Amino acid sequence: MHEQSTHHLYSEINVTSETAKELGLTTAEYEQICGVLGRIPTYTELGIYSVMWSEHCSYKNSILQLKTLPRSGGRMLVEAGEENAGLIDIGDGYAIAFKIESHNHPSAVEPFQGAATGVGGILRDIFTMGARPVAALNSLRFGNLDNDHTKYLLKGVVHGIGHYGNCFGVPTVGGEVYFDECYTDNPLVNAMAVGIVKVGETASAIAIGAGNPVMILGSSTGKDGIHGASLLASREFDEKTEDMRPTVQVGDPFAEKLLLEATLELIASGCVVGMQDMGAAGICCSTSEMSAKGNAGMSINLDLVPLREDGMSAYEIMLSESQERMLAVIEKGKEHIARAICEKWDVPMTEIGEVSDDGIVRVFRFGKQVVEIPAYSLVLGGGAPVYVRESREPSYIPTVRSAEFTVDNSLNQEMFWKILTSPTIASKRWIYEQYDSQVRTNTMNIKGDAAVMRIKELPGKGFAVCTDCNSRYAYLNPYRGGMIAVAEAARNVVCVGAEPVAITNCLNFGNPYDEEVYYQFKEAIRGMGDACRALETPVTGGNVSFHNQSRNHAIFPTPTIGMLGLIEDVTKITGSGFRASGDVIMILGNSSREELGGSEYIKQLTGNILGDAPMLDIDEEKRLQKATLTAIRSGLIHSAHDCSDGGLAIALAEKAINSVGSLGAEINSEFGKNASQLFGEMQSRIVVSVQPEHIDSLKVLCTEHTVDCVEIGRVVIDNFTLGGIKTTVELLRKEYNSALETAVLG
Amino acid sequence: MKYGIVRFPGSNCDHDAFYTASQNGTAEYLWHKDTTIPKGIDCIILPGGFSYGDYLRCGAIARFSPIMREVVTFANRGGLVIGICNGFQILTEAGLLPGVLLRNSSLNFVCRDVFLSVANNTTPFTSALKPNQIVRIPVAHGDGNYYADNETIAKLETNNQVVFRYSDAEGRLTEAANPNGSINNIAGIINERGNVLGMMPHPERYSDDLLGCSDGKAVFQSLELFDKSNSAKMVEPTSY
Repeated sequence: MHEQSTHHLYSEINVTSETAKELGLTTAEYEQICGVLGRIPTYTELGIYSVMWSEHCSYKNSILQLKTLPRSGGRMLVEAGEENAGLIDIGDGYAIAFKIESHNHPSAVEPFQGAATGVGGILRDIFTMGARPVAALNSLRFGNLDNDHTKYLLKGVVHGIGHYGNCFGVPTVGGEVYFDECYTDNPLVNAMAVGIVKVGETASAIAIGAGNPVMILGSSTGKDGIHGASLLASREFDEKTEDMRPTVQVGDPFAEKLLLEATLELIASGCVVGMQDMGAAGICCSTSEMSAKGNAGMSINLDLVPLREDGMSAYEIMLSESQERMLAVIEKGKEHIARAICEKWDVPMTEIGEVSDDGIVRVFRFGKQVVEIPAYSLVLGGGAPVYVRESREPSYIPTVRSAEFTVDNSLNQEMFWKILTSPTIASKRWIYEQYDSQVRTNTMNIKGDAAVMRIKELPGKGFAVCTDCNSRYAYLNPYRGGMIAVAEAARNVVCVGAEPVAITNCLNFGNPYDEEVYYQFKEAIRGMGDACRALETPVTGGNVSFHNQSRNHAIFPTPTIGMLGLIEDVTKITGSGFRASGDVIMILGNSSREELGGSEYIKQLTGNILGDAPMLDIDEEKRLQKATLTAIRSGLIHSAHDCSDGGLAIALAEKAINSVGSLGAEINSEFGKNASQLFGEMQSRIVVSVQPEHIDSLKVLCTEHTVDCVEIGRVVIDNFTLGGIKTTVELLRKEYNSALETAVLG
Repeated sequence: MKYGIVRFPGSNCDHDAFYTASQNGTAEYLWHKDTTIPKGIDCIILPGGFSYGDYLRCGAIARFSPIMREVVTFANRGGLVIGICNGFQILTEAGLLPGVLLRNSSLNFVCRDVFLSVANNTTPFTSALKPNQIVRIPVAHGDGNYYADNETIAKLETNNQVVFRYSDAEGRLTEAANPNGSINNIAGIINERGNVLGMMPHPERYSDDLLGCSDGKAVFQSLELFDKSNSAKMVEPTSY
């Protein structure tokens, strides 16, 4: 149907719609490509379309939903999706760049390198903008730890994250780890990074100025990671997945460290026109996205690209996902400045082409032209396909929500220890001690509800950051689950004394072509959007990871939220642990509901995730957060801890475990009567400890904000008494701190 | 005191050492490709990190950097040198300190606060501390397991060259308090002449009250004390 008019173009293989199918493109997409080009694509061109139009790069099945989120306003300096990462104005001429991204599929196939390169990729997103990474976090999900494969994945992922972050020199300061059966074959590895940059000294991922040289910086290009984005990340797991291991990239944190220093110096020197890191889809993604953004084109000679082996084809070079590479457009005439900086840091820099003004990406290999594509046709927001997907409420939802379970209050003490030592709740010390959490000497506290970092550039100021998502809630009620993920993340940063200002998100879901999965996706986004609007925390960007499923079984919908909070005065912050005996323990916020749905208690009791997600009244939540933040800033609160997974009993136990010295609690008997009071995960509650002299002021403040405030007990030395639970802080610590290590190492 | 902070490719505690050194004295960076050490430097810090990616063996490539020839000369003429973490590893590779740092006995990287018992407070780096004083300072390393043959260990002990040992909060030298399996709970040693210190814990990380602990500051305060008493006695002790 289309004429073979590629007379001046060379194709290694004759392309048909069958070839397109093998590369993961549909017949309709293939026809669309032929239409755009007015001819049959060359094999290299088809490869480029297959990755650029893959789910991973094009967001073709998610973009319509993402656009419903609040994606501008507040302190945002660039709109969501505009640059490699979100950018938030923190005042006094500085900004924070931050983003979260998934590396689930590579980590499932090769946990060490998958996780390591996930960290490497997100760090590059931050420093490509000119920001120096100052904190890293990660949100992890695995199957149950009684499974040897899960232990292998967990150990590999933790080693990979540590290996990369520790060597690179960024402190890994927070995150979360959950264990649920649905993640057994498909673990989630979401990596987040935060960087600091002067406003006005950022670099943009843009190509402009015909004749400006295009440089490739960093490592040479090899055959690793070819089709990582399209064939691995954009489809689900099956028996062939093991064979996909060669599509996983191999990371070199030392090379990345040099690339970081060289990149920041290059940007500061003023010779950079635009810059983009090479992550997914390597050279083809960076050349086409930078060109499309600048309404420009590029002419690239692949013979100039430094290669790890001879004879690589144009197709292989364009699609390689070799790590630690950057594409930079340098201002013509300033090449010598760039070269001197790269030589100083021993970072190879090679000119591989130049910018053109006709919007066409042209690629040459072995003296023949192999690609001639309008850049615009390749990218999201340009010619990449956009799909409307059907959705339908999943059939499991009515069943799980109406499931009956019998609560036996005589088991409360036994259940308390079971919950406290379940790997999802217990201390993650075995994991976080393998990460350098202090390098760069900004880390003020990593043991509270969010990590607290000072900002050296702005003495007295700081920021708080956390990740959060309880995917069980999103499974039971996708809308409310999405909402709670945002609300809880905001509550966490409030608990340390920071004002929530913006989020980044990593949306992990199953196959979007499954209408029930798409319903989860759509509803979770609707919930996140409502919460973000109410709490005035816009979405700065993030990433969508679909096809998280294996054997026709999708993971729980997992919309992970990375929340950024700002601290105006780092001397006015709080930790989660008790600080003085005699302090009064109070619950701020919702005191009217009793719920057990979706709780760790129900999981331990029945082995299943049942009931409905906890209620959330977002206005009540907002009032609570405002009141708590005001109280912390006024110095009225000694410690604050979000009441979440495991309910009040676990929140109190954690306050004792994290206490200064050995401080426990004596709780009035009326607050630990039954399982729902002890273990119910009712939302919008913060447990605080308060010096007796501040009680009255705190009560007044709460009344002003229309927030409930209930005294439930006192801080005491060594002992812990709640309902029928009578124990010591020493025993709590011993059990809580050793449970995960015992489960992993056996 | 004027500090020179060496930056190797892959150093990542260089900023931290610089920051802390300049809070206590003055500091400037020295580049790994440099072939001279500027006049006026009193103390050289080899900071933590992963010099040259720690490929081959921790510190094994860094010792061949052009600057290391100068650091060795500087040390041999009595100049003060501290190697922290990766810097300690480099000092052993360069032969300025005996022994070697092996993989942690857990085989895992470990980042946590440890207690150190001061074994020798008569050095320029520890004079602000009391004998057997307990300080809390963090470690962050994968290869901090100090090892040397029996003869060397015996010599270190006899000469009072062990400066810090891992201990519990009460100063007991227990196995549980040892984060990496080091012989005799050794956390830091000094050379025979007493001017080159190597230690795995990071004093520069806990030198600021804002970060919750400033016990590490004692090392820098000791050096300032040393500087004061020396400048009274000597002219340019390290010039050459």
